[in-house]
Amino acid sequence: MKLLVCISKAPDTTSRIAFTDGDKHFDESGVQFIVNPYDEWYALVRAIELVEQNGGSVTTITVGDVTCDPIIRKALAIGASDAVRIDAVPTDSSQVARLIANYAKDQGYDIILAGKETIDNNSSAVPAMIAECLDLPYVPLVTKLDITGDEATLASETIGGTNNLTVKGQFVLSATKGIAEQRIPNMRGIMSARTKQLLVVEAISVDPSTQVNIFKLPPPKGDCVFVDVDNPAELVRLLHEEAKII
Amino acid sequence: MRKQKLFKMSVLVYISTQDGKATKASLEVASYASALNSGDVVAMVSGNITGDAGLGSVGVSKVLHFATDLTDNSQQSKLTKAAALAIGAKIVIFSGNNLGNAIAPRVAIAMDAGYVAGVIDIPDGDTFSRNVFSGKATAKVNVKTENSVLTVTPNSFGIKNIGSSEAVVEAFSADVGEAKVKFNGFSPTSNDGSVPLPEAERVVSAGRGLKGPENWGIVEELAKALNATTACSRPVGDMGWRPHHEHVGQTGITIRPDLYIACGISGAIQHLAGVNQSKVIVVINTDPEAPFFKAADYGIVGDVFEVLPKLTEAIKAL
Repeated sequence: MKLLVCISKAPDTTSRIAFTDGDKHFDESGVQFIVNPYDEWYALVRAIELVEQNGGSVTTITVGDVTCDPIIRKALAIGASDAVRIDAVPTDSSQVARLIANYAKDQGYDIILAGKETIDNNSSAVPAMIAECLDLPYVPLVTKLDITGDEATLASETIGGTNNLTVKGQFVLSATKGIAEQRIPNMRGIMSARTKQLLVVEAISVDPSTQVNIFKLPPPKGDCVFVDVDNPAELVRLLHEEAKII
Repeated sequence: MRKQKLFKMSVLVYISTQDGKATKASLEVASYASALNSGDVVAMVSGNITGDAGLGSVGVSKVLHFATDLTDNSQQSKLTKAAALAIGAKIVIFSGNNLGNAIAPRVAIAMDAGYVAGVIDIPDGDTFSRNVFSGKATAKVNVKTENSVLTVTPNSFGIKNIGSSEAVVEAFSADVGEAKVKFNGFSPTSNDGSVPLPEAERVVSAGRGLKGPENWGIVEELAKALNATTACSRPVGDMGWRPHHEHVGQTGITIRPDLYIACGISGAIQHLAGVNQSKVIVVINTDPEAPFFKAADYGIVGDVFEVLPKLTEAIKAL
């Protein structure tokens, strides 16, 4: 089977969030970048497991500039077969999706996988958009994926529960907790990642359809009001009379 | 291609129903669309509907009703685009819940529309606010295309009843193609009838401080007294003390309740990422140095085993 996993560069969870250039851009100085956790822990690892069981290949695809290469090598170290980087600096989800769809359209991937969202943009949009661009079925928030012959059996998180689904033929999914466990790359993986192919592809011209004008940090949080441990009734009074939420 | 302001015409909202009535998330979306004041609010509903599904009261003037209940997002996308074309809507709005998040991006591509996921308030001109960096910042976003597709962050705007008039219900048909994803059934995560976490207005959450799954009774009692939904931290989900679907945080569910009560949770940054958009945060922890207190509005330094039962009693007495 031939699998494509979308991998995105994201600031480490513990990064200080700050903006630069008149608060128009994320301040990357001193920031440690990681593979977006949903892409790595869930989509990539499940794809690798499926190929280990059934044979085939896992290709990762990233839209980004050369600063993405370290996280792409990490994905290769975890066990992806090869990688593609579309050389562009995207500014919105539709751009990313159209670029990936344009590359994937005649490559015959059985499944295109992505994490459920990136931890910086939080749009949950790219995999659904790729599916629409390619007129493919899309299964969101997959917590379980098994393949038998040409049929995939999936559990998909929805409101208040899980949908049990099957799909035949090519499709796109977004992965979330449950589909796989995090894998730590071993030394052999790290060594072999250096020589695996990372194909850099020129981007077609795609205009973004939205634009971030400015980023804003939330106002600083006021101090925590401490209530005496022996008087929880006072907390109830505060929630009722001051915060007015109960 | 520059957008000409939000001119007066129709706005389409995608509505899901339960037992024939619009869901809470859908009523919020329709309220949001009414408040945009950009034209008549028209609702797209597929499947079962009773009367106007309660949509007139939140400002919907017309309901387009597609008789078949669709479960495949490619069909739901085709239906929504057909409805938008039929009424000439330039703005299409979904709830930013699991359902809307699956359909809306497809519709955005199909309509060549700018997509803004998870808006949190009424736009200032044509600039929308949304949360980014897992709630650690907001972005002001402009749509550069003629059409816009939006999702509204659940529980960010609320339901605003603005009238008592009934919406007109019209049958609507469209070619939605074949379902390519086969639906084989639904497994509910719980049968206790509590509000699903992403939509919950009140959440009581607990962590390792509870010491074991057998101690969750005091958490459930507090949740029951508050009419809240229960949640948990990641270690608790991973150890199997609580089901995975209760895990809130960076890699679990992101929530935005009015009230979040964290019991015996230290407040790791990954946990905060999932809950920091809560309107009021209460932290109960034995450790006065727990990082969670820095993100809290109210705190009690104390043992959850002593505090929770007293708190539950005080709420019942309210």
